[in-house]
Amino acid sequence: MSTVSVQDAPQVKSGAFSPASLLTSLPAALRKLDPRNMVKTPVMFVVLVGSIVTTVAALLTPSVFAWSIAVWLWLTVIFANLADAVAEGRGKAQAASLRAAKRDSMARLLAADGTISEVRGVDLHIGDRVVCEAGDVIPGDGDIVEGLASIDESAITGESAPVIRESGGDRCAVTGGTKVLSDRIVISITAEPGSTFIDRMIALVEGSDRRKTPNEIALNILLASLTIVFLVAVTALAPLANYSDAPTSLVVLSALLVCLIPTTIGALLSAIGIAGMDRLVQHNVLALSGRAVEAAGDVSTLLLDKTGTITLGNRQAHELVPAPGVDIIELAHAAQLASLADTTPEGRSVVVLCKEQFGLRAQEVQDFTDAQWIGFTAQTRMSGVDHDGHQVRKGAAGSVFAWVAEQGGTVGTEVVNDVDAISAAGGTPLVVADGQRVLGVIYLKDIVKEGIAERFAQLRRMGIRTVMVTGDNPATARAIAEEAGVDDVLAEATPEDKLALIKKEQAGGRLVAMTGDGTNDAPALAQADVGVAMSTGTSAAKEAGNMVDLDSNPTKLLDVVAIGKQLLITRGSLTTFSIANDVAKYFAILPAMFVVVFPGLETLNIMRLGSSNSAILSAVIFNALVIVALIPLALRGVRYRASTSAQLLSRNLLIYGLGGLVAPFIGIKLIDLVVSQIPGIG
Amino acid sequence: MTGWLAAALSIFALVVVLAAIHVPFGDYMARVYSSTHHSRLERVTYRVVGVDPDADQRWPVYLRSVLIFSVLSVVALYAMLRLAPMLPLANGKDAMLPMQSLNTAISFVTNTNWQSYSGESLGYLVQMAGLAVQNFWSAAVGMAVVVALIRGLARTNTDRLGNFWVDLVRGVYRILLPIAFVFAVVLMVFGVIQNFSDTTVATLGGGEQLLPGGPVASQEAIKDLGTNGGGFFNANSAHPFENPTPLTNLIEILLLLAIPFSLPRTFGRMVGQVRQGFAILATMTILWAISVSLTVAAENAHAGVALQAAGAATEGKELRFGVPMSAVFGASTTLTSTGSVNSMHDSYTPFGGGMLIFNMGLGEVAPGGVGSGLYGMLVLAIVTVFISGLMVGRTPEYLGKKLGARQIKLASLYILVTPTLALVGTGIAMATEAGRSSMLNSGPHGLSEVLYAFTSASNNNGSAFAGLSANTDFYNIGLAVAMFLGRFLPIIFVLALAGSLASQAKVPETDGTLPTHRPQFVGLLAVVTVVLAGLVYLPALALGPIAEGLS
Repeated sequence: MSTVSVQDAPQVKSGAFSPASLLTSLPAALRKLDPRNMVKTPVMFVVLVGSIVTTVAALLTPSVFAWSIAVWLWLTVIFANLADAVAEGRGKAQAASLRAAKRDSMARLLAADGTISEVRGVDLHIGDRVVCEAGDVIPGDGDIVEGLASIDESAITGESAPVIRESGGDRCAVTGGTKVLSDRIVISITAEPGSTFIDRMIALVEGSDRRKTPNEIALNILLASLTIVFLVAVTALAPLANYSDAPTSLVVLSALLVCLIPTTIGALLSAIGIAGMDRLVQHNVLALSGRAVEAAGDVSTLLLDKTGTITLGNRQAHELVPAPGVDIIELAHAAQLASLADTTPEGRSVVVLCKEQFGLRAQEVQDFTDAQWIGFTAQTRMSGVDHDGHQVRKGAAGSVFAWVAEQGGTVGTEVVNDVDAISAAGGTPLVVADGQRVLGVIYLKDIVKEGIAERFAQLRRMGIRTVMVTGDNPATARAIAEEAGVDDVLAEATPEDKLALIKKEQAGGRLVAMTGDGTNDAPALAQADVGVAMSTGTSAAKEAGNMVDLDSNPTKLLDVVAIGKQLLITRGSLTTFSIANDVAKYFAILPAMFVVVFPGLETLNIMRLGSSNSAILSAVIFNALVIVALIPLALRGVRYRASTSAQLLSRNLLIYGLGGLVAPFIGIKLIDLVVSQIPGIG
Repeated sequence: MTGWLAAALSIFALVVVLAAIHVPFGDYMARVYSSTHHSRLERVTYRVVGVDPDADQRWPVYLRSVLIFSVLSVVALYAMLRLAPMLPLANGKDAMLPMQSLNTAISFVTNTNWQSYSGESLGYLVQMAGLAVQNFWSAAVGMAVVVALIRGLARTNTDRLGNFWVDLVRGVYRILLPIAFVFAVVLMVFGVIQNFSDTTVATLGGGEQLLPGGPVASQEAIKDLGTNGGGFFNANSAHPFENPTPLTNLIEILLLLAIPFSLPRTFGRMVGQVRQGFAILATMTILWAISVSLTVAAENAHAGVALQAAGAATEGKELRFGVPMSAVFGASTTLTSTGSVNSMHDSYTPFGGGMLIFNMGLGEVAPGGVGSGLYGMLVLAIVTVFISGLMVGRTPEYLGKKLGARQIKLASLYILVTPTLALVGTGIAMATEAGRSSMLNSGPHGLSEVLYAFTSASNNNGSAFAGLSANTDFYNIGLAVAMFLGRFLPIIFVLALAGSLASQAKVPETDGTLPTHRPQFVGLLAVVTVVLAGLVYLPALALGPIAEGLS
C-alpha cells in the first residue's frame, strides 16, 4: 500500500499514552474506591465486594494463598479505577490550560445611555454590552454588534494566527477568554457566566458532566446480566460442592466469580468512552455530548458543503473562450483589465491566468489614472472599468448579455452555447464584453480537492452515502458531484431545503451528519444527528450543533465518523476478548477446585499448572494484569480502517475473539511458572 | 443390514425429509399466520369464546391473553386430574393427589410434560381430554408467541402485534390438528395401539399378563409434533405400544423436529428475507448435528468392562432401535423441548448424559420447542448481533431494528431466567435433605439426576434422567415453580421485546450493516449459543457428568 492511500484512509490517529501516567494517576484511582462511585459499574462493584469478602476471610484464617487472592482482587479493582483515572487525567491537563485562559477579567459595561462602567466578568449577563479594545481579554461569549477587530483565539483553538471578527454576518461571534489584538468592538453578551463556551469545554474535557451514552448503557446492562448469571452459577456451586465432599472456601469462590464475570470490559468501558471524546479533542473537535460521538459511528448519510469540503474554497479561472472573430489576446487583455479592481479570489485568479497563459504583465490599478472603476454589486452582478473610451464589463452571463443589449449590441449563439457548455461542465461562465461587443467567456472552475473521490469511495464501502450541498444550479452541481464521486446532490440549496433533506433521510431511518457555520444553518445543525459547527461560525450555529470544530475544517466530518466507529469497535472487541477469556479460566480453576475429590478432573488441567492454589491465583493475577495491559488499547482505540462490515468483523473476531481464547492459556501458564515457586502456593 | 448401516440410512432419510418439507411447510405456516381470512369453524370458535378476531393487540394485551389462557388451562387441568374418578372413561383409576396434580397441570400447560406420575395410573378421558388437549394448546401458545416476535421484527412504527386468540386457534386448527390426525392414523397403521381396552398376552414363561391399552396413537402424534413429550405410558416412546418399530421411531423423531426446523422458514417469509430464516435454520442444524454426533459417539464409546462386552452403552436402550437411533432420539428430544424418551437417559454414559443436560442448557434452541425454540434462538441472535455489531463500528441493529438498552435488557433477562432457575433449583435440592433423599444414586451420578431434573423443568423439556423419586412435595412443587417461571417469564420478555421492536422504524441496510445471513454470522451465533450455555453450566457439569466420566 502506498503512503498516500494510508494518509487518505480515514484512519484515526491515536492519542498519546505514556506509561508514566499510570503512576501519576494512582492517587486518583485510589480515591475512586468509594463504594458510591463503584456501584455505578456493577461488574467492578462485585469485584469490590469479593475483595472485601476475601480480605475478611484471610483475616479470620490467614494463609499465603488467601492473602494473595485478597491482594490481587484489590489490585483488580484498583487497576480498573486506574484506567478511568488515566483517561480522565488526560482531559484534566487540557482543562488546566483552558482555565489559565479563563482569567477573571474586568469588563467595561456599556450602559444604554453610553456611559461605561467597570464590572467583573463574572457579573455579566445575557444582553449586556461591553466594550473591548486592543489588548483586552474578551470577558464572555458574545456577538460583535459594532466594529471589527483582529482576535487571537489561540487559547481555544491552539492556532496562533489572528482571525478577523466583525459585526453582522456569520463572523460576528467571539469567545470569552480570547484576546483582542487591534481595534475596538462592542460585544453583546450571549452566555451567562459559568455556561460559556470555555466553561463547557473545561467540563467536557474533564469529563465532569459525562453521562453514559445509550450504547454504553445497553452494554452495561448486558455485562450486569452476565455478572448475575455467574453470581448464580458460582453461588449454586457451593451446595453442589458440599454434596460432592469437595467443600469450597469463600476465597476460592470469590476468585472463581471474579475470573468469570467480564471484568476486563467492565473495567475499561468508561475509559473507552472518555478516550473517544478525548480523541476528538486531539482532532480539535469538541463533542458536546458522548451520544453524538456514538451517533457518528452510525451515520449513514453525510451532508457535505461543496465549498471548502469537496472543492477548494474558491473557483479559479481555468480557461478563456473567445467569441467568434475575437482574438484570444484581446479577450485576455479585457478580462485582465476588468478584473484588476476585483479583489475577490475569483477576480485575482483571472489576472493570474492572463499572466501565466498569455504573458500579460499584471498591471496595477494605480497605472490607470483616468479610469473609472465599476465595482461588483449584487444588483448589477458585474464589474468593470470605463477607460480610454472603452467600457469593459465582466460578470454573470445574463447580466452582461442584458447590458450588451442595452448598449445596442447583440449576442451571438456561439457565445450562448459556450456559456451553456461551461455551466453543464460544472464551471461558472463569466462573460466579458467591450461596449456592444461580446469578447468571450471566462471559464471559472471549481477545483475538487485531491484524493476526495477516493475517500468517498471508501465511505461508500462503509455504507455511508454522501450528499453534496451547494447553492449552484443543478447542472453545475451535478458536474462537480460526478467529478468528486458523491452519491447525491442538493443543488440551489436553501437552509429550508437542507432541513427538509435531513428530515427525509431521518424518516427513512438514516442518521445524518453535517457541518455548518451560518446562523441559517442552525435549524439543520440542530436537526442532524451529528451537527458539527465551525468554530468560526456564529454562536447560534455553535449552540445548535452537537460538536464544534475548532479548526473550522469541514472535511473533518470524515474523521469524526471514523472516531465514532472506532469507539464502538473498541467496545465490542474488548467485550468479545473479555468473554473469550473465560474459557481458559475454567480450564485453570475448575480442575483445581475439585481435583482432590475427583482425580479424573486432572485431565482438564491442560495447562499443567503447578498446584491447585497456584492455578487459581494465576488466573486471578492474569485477570488483573490484563486490565493494565489493555489500558493503552482502550485509550488509543482499536486500529480502524475503512472497509466493509464483513471484513471488519472477520478481522476483529480473529484478533479479539480467537486472541481472547488463546492469550489467557499462555498468560496463565507463564504466571503459574512464577507463582508456583512461592512457598505456601506451589 | 447391520445396525450402523440402518442408523446411517435412517439419519440420512431424516435429514432429506426435513430438508424437503421445511420450505413448503414453513411457507404454509407463514400463510396461516398472515392470512386475513377466518374459516367458518374459527368464526364459530371466536363467537363462542367471545373474542373479536380482527382486533390487533398491543403487546401487554397479547401477553395478558397468553397468561389468562394458560392460567385457566392450569385450573381446568388441575380440576380434571382431581375429579378424574367422577368422569366417564375413568377406567377405575384414582384421582391424582393435590401436589402431583398441580405439578402435572403446570407441566402440560407449559409444554414441559414432566411426569412425576406414571401414565398407566390415569383414566382414558383425562389422558384424551385433559393432557392431549393441552398438548395442542400449549404448542399453539409457543407458536403464537414466536409469531408475535416475528411480527415485532417485521412491522414498523406500530404498537400492534396481532391477535393471540387468532394465532392460537389457527395454530391448532390449521397446523397441529390436521397433521396430528394424519400421523395418528399413520402410527396406527404401523402398529401403535388405539383402543379403550387392556390386552392379555401370553408371556415367554408360559404365563399370562394384562397389558394396559388406551387411545395411544392419537396422543402419540401430538406428543411429538407439539414437542410435548408426555408419554401415554410410563415408559414413554420406549414402550412397544407407543413406538413399536424402527420406522415408527423414525417417524416420531421426524415429528418432533418438523415444526421447529420449519419455523425459521416461516420467520424468513414473514420478515420478507428468506435468507435470514435460512441462517437461523443453518445455525440450528449445525448445533443439532454436532450434538447428535457427540451423543452417538459417547454412547458408542467402549470404556468400562460392561460396555466393552456389549460393544456400546446398551443399558436402558431398546434393541429394536439400537444404540445410534436411541442416541439420535435422545439428543433430538433434549434439543427440542419434547422430552419424550425412547431410552433411559439415566443409563447413558456420563458424557452422553452430560451432553443431554447440556442440550437443554443451550436453552433448547437447536431447533428447540415449537415456537419457543425459534424465539430463544432469535433472542440469542439479538445478543450476538449486539456484541458483534459493535465490532463493525455501528450501534447494533438486527433486521433494521436498533438494539438499544431496552432490547438488551429484555434479551438479557430472557437469558438469565432458565440458568438461574436450573442452578438455584439444583443448589437448593442439594442443600436440603428433602432434595437429596429422592436421589437413587450417590456421588456425581446422583448430582446429575437432580441437575437434569431442574434443567429439564426450567427449560420446559420434560424428559427425566430417572433415578430420582420425583413424586415428593419438594420436587412436585419445586419443579412446578421452575416449569411455570421457566415458561412464562421468558414469554413476558419476548413479548415485551416484540413490542419494543415493532414500535421502531426500520434502519435501511447498507454496506456498513452487519450482515446476519452469511456463514460468518451463522458460525458466530452457534459459538455464542454454546459459549453462553457452557460458561453457565460448566461448574455444575464438572461435579456431575464430567467428574463421573473422567473418574
